[in-house]
Amino acid sequence: MTFRIGPRTSQIIAHIILLLMTIVTVIVLFFIIGYVFKNGFAQLSLEFLTDRTREMGKEGGILPSIIGTLFITVLAIIIATPLGVGSAVYLVEYTRGGLLRKIISFGADCLAGVPSIIFGLFGFIFFVIQLKLGWSILSGSLTLAVMIIPTIIRTSEEAIKAVPQSYREISYSLGGGKLDTILKVVLPTSLPGILTGVILGIGRAIGETAAVIFTAGSSLGMPTSVFSSTRTLAVHFYILAREGISMPKAYGTATVLIIIILFVNLVAYRLMHRFMAKYY
Amino acid sequence: MKDKIAEKLLLFIAFSAIGSLLLITFFIFQQGIPLIFKIGLGNFFSMHWSPTRGQFGILSMIIGSLMVTVGALIVGIPFGLACAIYLAEFSSKMVQKTLKPIIELLAGIPSVVYGFIGIVILVPFIRIHFGGPGFSVLASSIILGIMILPTIVSISYDSLIAVPNTYREGSYALGATKWQTVVKLLIPAARSGIVAGIILGMGRAIGETMAVIMIAGNALKIPHSMLDSVRTLTSTIALELGYATGDHRAALFACGAFLFIIIITLNIIAIRITGRRE
Repeated sequence: MTFRIGPRTSQIIAHIILLLMTIVTVIVLFFIIGYVFKNGFAQLSLEFLTDRTREMGKEGGILPSIIGTLFITVLAIIIATPLGVGSAVYLVEYTRGGLLRKIISFGADCLAGVPSIIFGLFGFIFFVIQLKLGWSILSGSLTLAVMIIPTIIRTSEEAIKAVPQSYREISYSLGGGKLDTILKVVLPTSLPGILTGVILGIGRAIGETAAVIFTAGSSLGMPTSVFSSTRTLAVHFYILAREGISMPKAYGTATVLIIIILFVNLVAYRLMHRFMAKYY
Repeated sequence: MKDKIAEKLLLFIAFSAIGSLLLITFFIFQQGIPLIFKIGLGNFFSMHWSPTRGQFGILSMIIGSLMVTVGALIVGIPFGLACAIYLAEFSSKMVQKTLKPIIELLAGIPSVVYGFIGIVILVPFIRIHFGGPGFSVLASSIILGIMILPTIVSISYDSLIAVPNTYREGSYALGATKWQTVVKLLIPAARSGIVAGIILGMGRAIGETMAVIMIAGNALKIPHSMLDSVRTLTSTIALELGYATGDHRAALFACGAFLFIIIITLNIIAIRITGRRE
């Protein structure tokens, strides 16, 4: 006679195991963030946030990295947003299935899966060397812009698709042309959804390391123009941790980095949620 | 007239993604492929990586990348699927609404933070309890496994949710339990989405760089156990690009080209699988 577990018992066992594994996953997430915060909060002070970095990061604060990150991210977003949103508008409003749509979508999907080290290699050889932009904020933000275009395309595409068809028809019936309809009806209505994509892009840009370290460099000076080399927060944190320069400063930098990214993602999530609740 | 110009301009913009992809492909290959021809395929896929002596064999790194990726999948798939199934089928709407965004937040945490947690917690833990240097295949697999969780959970969850409710109702009407329904009906029905999620997670694991550099140890030899140090394709590129010149730099681009081909292949498979479902 073989021992068999009945369907009711296996149901209960499965339920418990799945629940436990989910709990473990969630605990791991909270543990990672909590552990960094626990060791990092003590490092945070006005001085840490507003002082120059001294002795390679052993002393002083992270102001140059905060400013460098800000510059690079803002510039990347300025470059990527029109390209991403424009692509999404074209995909939804101008293509009806067909090969063209497939090619454009395929490009966005594939680009989204390219790992950041490949963007780093590309940015290094193309922007830094071929275009002679050097290790600079400009090279870094161009590279990041290419990296976040797919995020903006995908989210904007969803948002533009969600705009009810009747809105467009009303605009046409009032004599609006295609461009007018897009600029005055479609884009304003889908703005929160589009912003979500842009904000997610900001989050990705801020947290990126491999793609910026080889394009923006790792100079600790205060950036003065788009041609200055800079060391973003993520890169600074990486160097502090990997070279063991200063663990307390590493925890402090990581805490600032995580707080910014959690905030950015939270804003994106809230926006998306409200937008979806309205139109879906 | 205005509309015509706008359409042309938007069409041009719409090619930014595919255009960038082609530009990336062109430059990575233009920089890397000539070196492969120069040293020959046999040498490129050999064991000897010694840039100062002009030897650029990437086999040990391919094996390294493979080992940490398989390790990451062993960690990531069970937990990822368990979370997806629990959230989609066993939990209340409330739990779903809270946990899904929390797990997706994992995806937003920068990879350097994962690497750092590896350095300060996991590596010492492995060194003390299992021996070896701590910087190892095991540490990399666990951290990468955690990093690919959100991808697997998110895509598997979406494809489970997409299975029509009539399937579930039919199964319950026949007296099946929830678990039987999941195993016999929902997982097979959502199979393509789950596989796509796993493939994309695999792509993420192979391509991950910074976290792996920080915890893998980066020794240039084939690891004999899970506790040995390991070096991947990505970490070689990132560790050496800063100072490499001439053939050495070209070899790093050749590594990149090889990696790029693998990733694009995985992407295409995933896109085809999900595309068919739609």
